[in-house]
Amino acid sequence: MKAELTLQPAEAMGAEPSASFWKDAWHRLWKNKLAIFGLAVIAIMSLLCFAEPLLCRYVIGYSYEQQNLALGPAPPSRAHWLGTDALGRDLLARLLYGGRISLMVGLCATAVSLTIGVIYGAIAGFAGDKLDMVMMRTVDILYALPFTIFVILLMVFFGQNLVLLFVAIGAIEWLTMARIVRGQVMSLKHQEFVEAARALGLRHGRILFRHIVPNMLGPIIVYATLTVPEVMLLEAFLSFLGLGVQPPQSSWGVLIKEGAEMMEVYPWLLIYPALLLALTLFCLNFLGDGLRDALDVRGSKD
Amino acid sequence: MPLLTVNGLQTSFHTRAGVVRAVRDVSFEIERGESLGIVGESGSGKSVTCYSIMGLLPQPPARIEGGQAIFDGVDLLALSRRQLNQVRGRRLAMIFQDPMTSLNPFLRVEDQLTEPLLIHEKISRADARRRALAMLEEVGIPDAAHRIRMYPHEFSGGMRQRVMIAMALITKPDLLIADEPTTALDVTVQAQILELIKKMRGELGMAVLLISHDLGVVCGFCDRVIVLYAGRVMESAATEELFYQTKHPYTRALQKSIPALQVKGQPLHTIAGMPPDLHHAPPGCPFAPRCEYVVESCSRQEMAAVEVLPGHRSACLRVQQENLPL
Repeated sequence: MKAELTLQPAEAMGAEPSASFWKDAWHRLWKNKLAIFGLAVIAIMSLLCFAEPLLCRYVIGYSYEQQNLALGPAPPSRAHWLGTDALGRDLLARLLYGGRISLMVGLCATAVSLTIGVIYGAIAGFAGDKLDMVMMRTVDILYALPFTIFVILLMVFFGQNLVLLFVAIGAIEWLTMARIVRGQVMSLKHQEFVEAARALGLRHGRILFRHIVPNMLGPIIVYATLTVPEVMLLEAFLSFLGLGVQPPQSSWGVLIKEGAEMMEVYPWLLIYPALLLALTLFCLNFLGDGLRDALDVRGSKD
Repeated sequence: MPLLTVNGLQTSFHTRAGVVRAVRDVSFEIERGESLGIVGESGSGKSVTCYSIMGLLPQPPARIEGGQAIFDGVDLLALSRRQLNQVRGRRLAMIFQDPMTSLNPFLRVEDQLTEPLLIHEKISRADARRRALAMLEEVGIPDAAHRIRMYPHEFSGGMRQRVMIAMALITKPDLLIADEPTTALDVTVQAQILELIKKMRGELGMAVLLISHDLGVVCGFCDRVIVLYAGRVMESAATEELFYQTKHPYTRALQKSIPALQVKGQPLHTIAGMPPDLHHAPPGCPFAPRCEYVVESCSRQEMAAVEVLPGHRSACLRVQQENLPL
């Protein structure tokens, strides 16, 4: 009798059990218009950037490295929609090409740091005690290593290439992720549901990756979305030092740096890349926020 | 042979402030199908006793310093973690105090229910689902087919405890340890949950170890009762005998403190004083400072619980020596 009474509200609220966790999450994300907007912008931007060779050939008419020294830096016009840089290269083409590299660096390096950081931090936090000690002191030591020297060494030994850039940045960024995840695991591992899982005879690995890690999705995702812009800026910094992307290749970071040098005379060289980077970072943040809410099953406010 | 024999269990916590001896020389037995109650106030060591048996204590700071817990011929305390995982959740199950926090908020009820089956038995996912659904109906969740797809936060406290019970019993264990299963629930729901455990015990023929601070709950449920105080067994006897032939002043004091049994309009009876600080446990009987029958020799020697009547043990010096009437 009483049981049926408690059932009513859930039914009335239309709490429909649906097929899967991810479907649920997508449903909740869809309701968050800002996050969907962010997702759409990022999707369109990625599409355009990755279609850059086609666009350059058939729409823009200039490739990213095609110089026109006679023209020099020209303001936006019919022929060059966003203007040209000091060497007369079409800015739109360079932006699209640079976006491809920036987005790729952002996503790949974040993925690398996410994977290493979550696994490393989760194991350290769950094991606790001596293993935790050793693992976290290792992280501290790596933190203390000067990042630039580390990257220079990598470049010197393995030569310059983009993949290495992803690895180098990812290998630095995971340290913070590991610390965050470790802290979360330490607070989660004494929760009663973890004890209940242990009482059911579950092995450690299963408890950790099936019961604990999903409960940290919120903070992990938020931090990951913060990592993407951070990584893009790092790439710009490395390129600035001549360690990252090499001309005539470009990236948003490179373009912003070049634009900043000449912003008083040729402002469009700074404004467009900066706008694009800012838009991307905004959208990533909206999306991250939305994802955090969508992946939290408890916060399903319909 | 009893299903579970706990022999001289000693568990301590090694903290910075010193050593807390939470469980001191606790022994008891549970027969197959029997229900045994452990009563005691907060800090009396009743939960630590169960957690020690289940191997759930974080070590360090906890340390099991002695004793055995022989479950069907195997000493649980001597098993490796892997061996223990073969027993836990399959033949030995546990339900916890707070159903609000002991279910994983991120997994559907179905996934949590089928998990013990999938890891302990060779069973297909579809069969596991079928068993989970049957079990959920068994524990009285209405519209189980629909509700099994929901998340824990969509259930009320009582319903969650039913889910916990379903999860613990789905592998048909021989022994269920229930650590204050009703403490966090409404009074009306409490009775339902106890009824449910009773019913499942009848159906599965399992033994139950019920932990509670509520003497009333334990007496209505258990065949035998153990009274713990400051980590020591004060008295153990069949339930009726514990009530009608009490052999320890502490048990007597607890009985007097049950509000329902007291004269209306009078201030409620309480036991004066506080339980001892286990950092510095007093020598001798731990209850001596609060006992109304205390004599000088009480605080001189530690007393073990010995049989004073057949099947009835008491740790009171005066009961043992002079058959003190209570």
